[in-house]
Amino acid sequence: MKEYRTISKIAGPLVFVEKTEPVAYGELVNIVLYDGTIKRGQVLDTSDELVVVQIFETTTGIGRDSGVRFTGETIKMPVGKDMLGRILSGGGKPIDGGPEIIPEKRLDITGAAINPYARGMPADFIQTGISTIDGTNTLVRGQKLPIFSGAGLPHNNVALQIARQAKVPGSTESFAVVFAAMGITKEEANYFMADFERTGALEHAVVFLNLADDPAVERIITPRLALTTAEYLAFELGMHVLVILTDMTNYCEALRQIGAAREEVPGRRGYPGYMYTDLACIYERAGMIKGQKGSVTQIPILTMPGDDITHPIPDLTGYITEGQIVVNRDLHRKGIYPPINVLPSLSRLMNLGIGPGKTREDHKKVSDQMYAGYAEGNDLRGLVAIVGKDALSERDRLLLEFADLFENRFVRQGYDEDRTIEDTLTIGWELLSTLPVEQLTRIDRDLINKYHPKLKSGAKKE
Amino acid sequence: MEVKGKQSQEKKQGVLKRIAGPVVTAVNLDAHMYDVVKVGKEELMGEVIKIEGANVIIQVYEDTSGIRPGEPVSNTGLSLAVELGPGLLTSIYDGIQRPLSVLVDKMGNFIERGVSAPGLSHEKKWTFKPVVKTGQKIEPGAILGEVQETNIVHKVMLPPNAKPGTVKTIKSGDFTVDEIICVLEDGREYPMIQRWPVRVPRPVKEKLNPTIPLITGQRILDGLFPIAKGGTAAIPGPFGSGKTVTQQQLAKWSDAEIVVYIGCGERGNEMTEVLTEFPHLEDPKSGKPLMERTVLIANTSNMPVAAREASVYTGITIAEYFRDMGYDVSLMADSTSRWAEAMREISSRLEEMPGEEGYPAYLAARLSEFYERAGLVTALNGAGGSVSVIGAVSPPGGDFSEPVTQNTLRIVKVFWALDAKLSQRRHFPAINWLNSYSLYLETLQDYYDKEVSPEWNKIRSWAMEVLQKEAELQEIVQLVGSDALPESEQVTIEVARMIREIFLQQNAYDAVDTFCDMTKQYDMMKSIKLFADLAYAAQLAGVSPAQINTVQSKNELPQIKFIKDYKPELAKIEKQMDTEFNTLRSAA
Repeated sequence: MKEYRTISKIAGPLVFVEKTEPVAYGELVNIVLYDGTIKRGQVLDTSDELVVVQIFETTTGIGRDSGVRFTGETIKMPVGKDMLGRILSGGGKPIDGGPEIIPEKRLDITGAAINPYARGMPADFIQTGISTIDGTNTLVRGQKLPIFSGAGLPHNNVALQIARQAKVPGSTESFAVVFAAMGITKEEANYFMADFERTGALEHAVVFLNLADDPAVERIITPRLALTTAEYLAFELGMHVLVILTDMTNYCEALRQIGAAREEVPGRRGYPGYMYTDLACIYERAGMIKGQKGSVTQIPILTMPGDDITHPIPDLTGYITEGQIVVNRDLHRKGIYPPINVLPSLSRLMNLGIGPGKTREDHKKVSDQMYAGYAEGNDLRGLVAIVGKDALSERDRLLLEFADLFENRFVRQGYDEDRTIEDTLTIGWELLSTLPVEQLTRIDRDLINKYHPKLKSGAKKE
Repeated sequence: MEVKGKQSQEKKQGVLKRIAGPVVTAVNLDAHMYDVVKVGKEELMGEVIKIEGANVIIQVYEDTSGIRPGEPVSNTGLSLAVELGPGLLTSIYDGIQRPLSVLVDKMGNFIERGVSAPGLSHEKKWTFKPVVKTGQKIEPGAILGEVQETNIVHKVMLPPNAKPGTVKTIKSGDFTVDEIICVLEDGREYPMIQRWPVRVPRPVKEKLNPTIPLITGQRILDGLFPIAKGGTAAIPGPFGSGKTVTQQQLAKWSDAEIVVYIGCGERGNEMTEVLTEFPHLEDPKSGKPLMERTVLIANTSNMPVAAREASVYTGITIAEYFRDMGYDVSLMADSTSRWAEAMREISSRLEEMPGEEGYPAYLAARLSEFYERAGLVTALNGAGGSVSVIGAVSPPGGDFSEPVTQNTLRIVKVFWALDAKLSQRRHFPAINWLNSYSLYLETLQDYYDKEVSPEWNKIRSWAMEVLQKEAELQEIVQLVGSDALPESEQVTIEVARMIREIFLQQNAYDAVDTFCDMTKQYDMMKSIKLFADLAYAAQLAGVSPAQINTVQSKNELPQIKFIKDYKPELAKIEKQMDTEFNTLRSAA
């Protein structure tokens, strides 16, 4: 392989190389340092005169005397069955002291888009055992449902609880977990690993760790490696894969860093204008394929800077993903776990995964009614602070109580409490029965008569 | 075909000089703006977007990884065009009219690159029935004959840019789209297929002012903020506020004859949902599967960004083609913000001077050019047709002051403002009744008078007044509580709640409520008005608001939404309402 010593400029993570043979766009590049160390990078811009290479690690030690080798191929990920149970670095190298991965295939990490015509429609209800998700923001197989959180909130616990409890009722297949950490602290990583080990989840998991002190640029490829692995497990081996990506905010910061180094015209708040497309190329790698067994379900986690949901990172994410689960600081302060605020939360695929034959016929309407009640009750809290409880009408007083009950009975649950969907709906009806029946305008009369604890005929004795 | 224009020009080979993502530079290439070129050994499709001395700058519709400087570039000499003819309906295309089903056959479940696929099947035979006769003089755009494509009759036309002529022979029978079906006396030959460059609007004889509403079956749209056939509307809203559901409801239920749905930079699973659902849904008018009148264009967010830029033009050109046959077409573009972002991305790769928020300075011009292709028209052949355009906008952070929303609002006539607050309380469709508007109300009045009821316009204004009044009262309620309001205003609050919960809220997932015709809308609103009239009268007669709230029949009213044959039930409720109020008044 030819080695060039024509580096003309090094700026941030970018290395500019002059006078090369024709180099392909996106090609993988090895840069050889004076001591023989090899740093990897990728071609971002190529022409006869100049090639721009983005280095995945730090550029420490790279000088004009370093050698540049173009490998002639784009970045590939070796994948194989024996990846399950392994811990890899953010760049895909084993860091658990075990042997190298024996590759059964080498796959391009960019991943092609699934042809929308070939996509299977997600329809299998995933029971996470968390009422605020199962009951009101249902997750289905093949969905991408992010957790929007803030610094210092227990989003990691929520993600772990989902990973631990997720199952499709009536199906014996469990999920394989692909976990990609981007820029999280060693402490956080240990927490995840300890929980994986405690519950035995590690056996059917592949872990990619890019820690806070690992090169930021490496974060650009970590989720792509993870998703390439997930797609291999799902669409080649037929497994159901749950992908947890944390923390996407760190990923976006890395993207901004590279954009700035390339002196690009920035978009909102300095993030590159193509961030939507870039994030879409990650998040869209979830789904099912018609006629195939496996599925990729994604739970990306991101921390909203300043808890601001309109910040570009959560904003663009929300426009791509199929809903969002919002972790809320006020609920957390009240000591409620999981502190999920259902009001801004949403699952767009909920309707595909619920209803008769999947969960229960009354699911959708119970959920809508609870939403309406909680939203109104929550608004009234502001009013009560001004006029006092006594000035409320009877209707409003009941709604106010409903909101409190909702948080304490429905939202609050234990870290290891695994509620079935039946449990969740039962709690829902229990709460709704505190409101006058005629106020339940979103539920048809038949369903009220069938499920309302005070009305249902021939109610079984519990 | 005439549109080739530059047909005589020799195809020229050039050489790639630079590759930076979807934008590449070629040299030694004779090219004109917007010529389609084939890039690299794999012949990826691209389009010339800038010429700078000897450098020709090309946007490539596919991923450019692995392409090297020095690879060949060839110019086809044609503009980016779509194939128009029988076979469009029920198709699902990517942004540059490659049928996705064909791509699955050619390259499997994932979209690889370097595969070309024609927009129409060139093998399938269609039964063509002529409507012109030998010796007949025909003008551009004239209908030559008909093909029963689905339940829709596809009218085969003389291309709009052809010169007039006299029919020498016209055939009848089964043909592929390429076979000649018509020969003119001057020797020109025409098959069923025609190609049209997507960036050029198809000509029409005359543009008219819209006067007929596009009935969508959605109460808040038809009832309060209607769009006319041939009109333009924008649905801006933050994520999760229901843009896509609203767009899909329009695609399903609007009474257009043809629907073109563009999924531009949106989610893959959503397109799958449309694909899975539409063949099973019935058109309320014809009873045929909705898919039979639909053309889908899906360029999801992770598909190449340059093809996303083209997808909107591909869609509107197909819509115009059906309009020229005399059909009412409605086009949904979800989302125009992603289209604008694609422009921004390409513009920034070209290192153009950015305008507001990094968008190119020509954003406003492109948006208005696009919306201006909507309209109620007399086609060249004299047929009346229309294209209604409904564009979703996804403003960052839900902030309507951003450039795409603002530039769109300057052009469109109807504004359906989605509101995250409403969707959070599961008030769907989450369209804010205070911020939304329709500028078609006046021009559509006559239609409502004739087709719905002479009372309709009055009752509509009444409902808007109540809602407006409620908004003012709510401000007071927020401060002092509802009990502090005068009694008549407490009644107003209750009536407004009924309008919101009964009339405005509509369940897209309920088999009956998903579509509500104008008569039912009118009947429902009339019942609420009846309640209001009775309640105000009772209040004047000394009945307290608390007592009025005990009226049982008002709690029955919401159930009407879910009943298909609602009239007997509604009559019963109205009668009960009357009785209950009589009892209250006599007690007072």
